[in-house]
Order: sequence, then C-alpha cells, then structure tokens
Amino acid sequence: MLVVEDLHKSFDGFMAVNGAFLTVDKGQVVAVIGPNGAGKTTLFNLITGQLAPDQGTIRFKDQPIQGLVPHRICRMGISRSFQVVNIFARLTVFENVQVAVLSHRKKAFSLFTPARRLLREETLAILDSVGLADKAQRTSGTLSHGDQKVLEMAIALGNRPELLILDEPTAGMSPEETAVTLKLMQHLSGQMGLTILFCEHDMGMVFAVAQKIMVMQAGKTIAQGTPEQVRGNLLVQEAYLGGADQCFR
Amino acid sequence: MNRKTLITLIVVGIAFCLVPQVLPRFYVYMLSLILVLGTLATSLNLVLGFGGMYQFHHAVFYGIGAYAFALVGARTTLSPWIGYVAAPLVAAALGLVMGLITVRLSKLYFGMLQISLGSLVWAIVFRWYDFTGGDDGLHGIDIPEPIASTSGAYYFTLAVAGVCLVLMYLIVNSPFGRIFQGIRDNPDRTEAVGVNVRRHQLVGLVLAAAFAGVAGSLFATVEGSAFPQLLFWSLSLELIIMCLLGGWFMFLGPLLGAAIMVALRTFVGIYTEYWTLVLGIVMMLLIFFLPEGVLGFLHKRFAGKAAQER
Repeated sequence: MLVVEDLHKSFDGFMAVNGAFLTVDKGQVVAVIGPNGAGKTTLFNLITGQLAPDQGTIRFKDQPIQGLVPHRICRMGISRSFQVVNIFARLTVFENVQVAVLSHRKKAFSLFTPARRLLREETLAILDSVGLADKAQRTSGTLSHGDQKVLEMAIALGNRPELLILDEPTAGMSPEETAVTLKLMQHLSGQMGLTILFCEHDMGMVFAVAQKIMVMQAGKTIAQGTPEQVRGNLLVQEAYLGGADQCFR
Repeated sequence: MNRKTLITLIVVGIAFCLVPQVLPRFYVYMLSLILVLGTLATSLNLVLGFGGMYQFHHAVFYGIGAYAFALVGARTTLSPWIGYVAAPLVAAALGLVMGLITVRLSKLYFGMLQISLGSLVWAIVFRWYDFTGGDDGLHGIDIPEPIASTSGAYYFTLAVAGVCLVLMYLIVNSPFGRIFQGIRDNPDRTEAVGVNVRRHQLVGLVLAAAFAGVAGSLFATVEGSAFPQLLFWSLSLELIIMCLLGGWFMFLGPLLGAAIMVALRTFVGIYTEYWTLVLGIVMMLLIFFLPEGVLGFLHKRFAGKAAQER
C-alpha cells in the first residue's frame, strides 16, 4: 500500500533522513523505532507532505506522492496524528473532529447552512469509538494531556483514512492511558481493518501491537522485518547502546 | 435559535425602529454611524477573530466601497441604486487581487504586506484628482430620494446592516466558518485534515472585503460624501481596537466595540480634543484586565455562573 524507497532529506547539511526504506501492506500495523533524532518524525513529515524530500520516492496505492502538499495527500487517504499535541484548542472536542469530517465530506465551502447539526452522527460515532463521547462539549484546550493525544487520533480518523499514521501516540501518557491507547489501536486495526503506521519509544507497546518493525538510526533504515527478526538483529542491538536485554524487555 | 433569543431579537428590532420617532436627529445620525462601523468591524472580525488572519488594513475595502458607490452617482448616468451593488463587488474584487498576493504569507508578514498594498491604494485615491476628487474627496453624493433624509438613511442602514449581520452570523456558524476557526487555531493541522488552507483564507478575505464594501456604501449614504481618510491606515487601527474592545471571539463583540468607540469620541470629544488619550487609557486597562474584550468578559462571567448553578 505504501512503499518508501531510498528517501533523503537534509536541513542545512544535516542529513535528517539519509536512505529510508519502508513497505506497508494493506491491513498491517507497522512500527518505526529508533533512538531520538533517528529521523522518524521527519520520515512521517515527508510521507504526509509537511516536508518535501530531496531525493527518493514515496508511492501510495501505486501512485507517487512525494512532494505533494499535505491536503492533497490527505485526500488520497492518508491521515495522521502529531507527536506534539496539535489540536484546535479553542474549539470543543466535538468541533475538533467535525472539522476533519466536514473537510472529508467536502463541505468546506458551504457558507450558509448551520454546521451545528451537520454530520453529527458520524462525528459522534468517531468520538464514541475512541471513548471521548462524554467529553464532546468540552473546550479541547482544557482536556488532560492523555485525552488530547486521543483527540489527536480522533481528528485523524475524521478523514476516514485507509492509512493512519501516528507519531508517538502514547508520548507523555500514564501507563493506564497507554494501555487504553494500545487497546484502541488493536480495535482500529482488528475491527475496522485500518492500516496503521506508527513510531513509538515504548517497546512493550511496539511488540504488543506491531506486525512489522522498521528500525532507523541516523536517518538510515538499518533493519525491517517481523518483530522476531528485528529482536534478533545484531545491528539493532548495537543501535540501542544498552543491548537487547535492556531495550526489549 | 431558542425562544428567548428570538424574543430578545424582536424587542431589540422594534426598539431600533422606534429610534427616529423618539430621539433627536443627532442621536439618529450617531446610531447610523454605530451600525455602519459595527458592520464594518464585524466584517473585519470575520477574518481577524474567526480566521486568525492579521488583517491590518481592512479600511481599504470600506473606503473603496464608499468610493464605488459615490462614483456610480458622480461619474455615470446610472441609477444611484446600482452603487449599492457596485460597492461590495468592487471591494470583493480588490480583496481578491490583494488576497492573491498576500495569502502566500502568514501572520505578521501577511499583515505588513497588506498595509503596504492598502497604502498604495490610498495614495492612488488621494492623488487621482480627475477621477476620485483627490484629497477633497467627493461631496454631495447623489442619494436615492426615499433614503436621503437622516431618518430615511437610518432605516436603510438599519435594514442593510441587519441583513449583513445575519449573513455574517450564518457564515461564522457554517461549515466554512467552523473550518476557518480551525485554521485560526492551527493552520498546519487543518491542512493535514485535507483543507486547502490558502484557498480557504482567500475566500474568507473576499467575503470580508465584500461586507466592508457594503458598510462603505452605507457610510456614504449617511454622510453624503466619500473621502480618502476612509481608507487611511489609522482607521484600520481603530477597527482592530473595536474588535479587541468588544471581544473578538464573540460574534457581537465588534459591534459593541464600535458603539463604545463612537460614544467615546462623541461624548468625550465634547470636553477635550484629546479623546484618543482616554481611548489609550481604556485600551491599556482592557489589555491588563479584560483580555477577551468587554463582551468576552461578560460572557465568561455569565457562562461561569450558569455552570456553577448547574
């Protein structure tokens, strides 16, 4: 479904992504791991169009998408959440998700119909599926950090994506919140059949949900395969200085 | 809309209609001015408060609207009523041209470029004696007979401003407005959910310009003249102050801000020509104590109380 080949991106001479390869098949849950600064977020920004690559190709459903603007890529069926909470702080939780649903349903230039009741069921169904329905009328800026991260994901779901990209979905979450998010991702993948690509520092989480793992170091893809293959890979153990037993407990 | 708001609206509407019957002409004129500037400030707030765009030179579209109306009467043989159609169209066209250039930039850079381009338009109007009347402006504009009197102009302004306010209210609460608010809070995120942010901002800007153009034609009707100060940058600043004063996250905030400004200028102006000094002090107090504006403050207190009672 998504094929990334030999991707490069530099900022003022610093090679943030320096030869990344990634294949995501339909229905898979794929994790990208690697130490801080390995280029995971840059890779995601290249895929979803926030950045344009210097070199290399990105193909989604057999069409090249590298260098397209974010709203075009979103319309093709890729939607994402962000590592740093990135919501519409003055809008309510309901309105946050509704913005994405309205955009997806091509209502952006509808000028004189009230938005309040429009696509209400669809928006509430998404909030329900992530467990935020009871907080629908809260101003999103006043939610807890964990709830804001979940809202991030809900906004991304508003576009009915085929491929959902999550940038560290559990960063800053408590263990309880992480467990809930893990369940949610398993639900999205299992029941709703979504293809998910995510990056994450919590190795317990990665090995619990991912069917495939890609490892990055200094902008390069150093390994890609099933969790078992990656666990046994010497290069990967080296990349995480502490060695396998510290990282993959 | 619930029953309470409907009744409030009807009562306010009747009160406005009775004004020329009970109040002296001066107050009728003043109220017309408040309606014009309130419509104008609300149109600015469409992009400033609800779109998060630093529209620093909104007065240009107002002035151009006033001139478009005045020029139809002064330079053509067309009926002056045509001027009321020309005003929003010309202002929207200028908004489109300026927007195509400025929306490529964001935040402050957008605002600064807009001030430059707006000042250019002002300079043309100010210098082009043969066509615009230069720094003298156009006076004794041909106003259609039924609305030429003070109370006639008042009723016309009331009706048109009312329609404009209702339309703008609908726009703010439409899907377009909802997404516009999303762009205000977080343009990158809005782009990532599939919205063409630049195009959305451009449409918002053109709409705001059109409503400003209508306000301009209303001013020319009330005042009987159009002059270059209408598109000078200092008026744009006053409009921003109106939005901040009244509360720029509330729909009716700018209207209230316009009323406060006009009242201040009129009543403090009687005692001292330095009424802007009073305005300056009010502004400072506002920034320190009511950062969300007068209406924003009242709303918060009221809504806060309602939440406690629940």
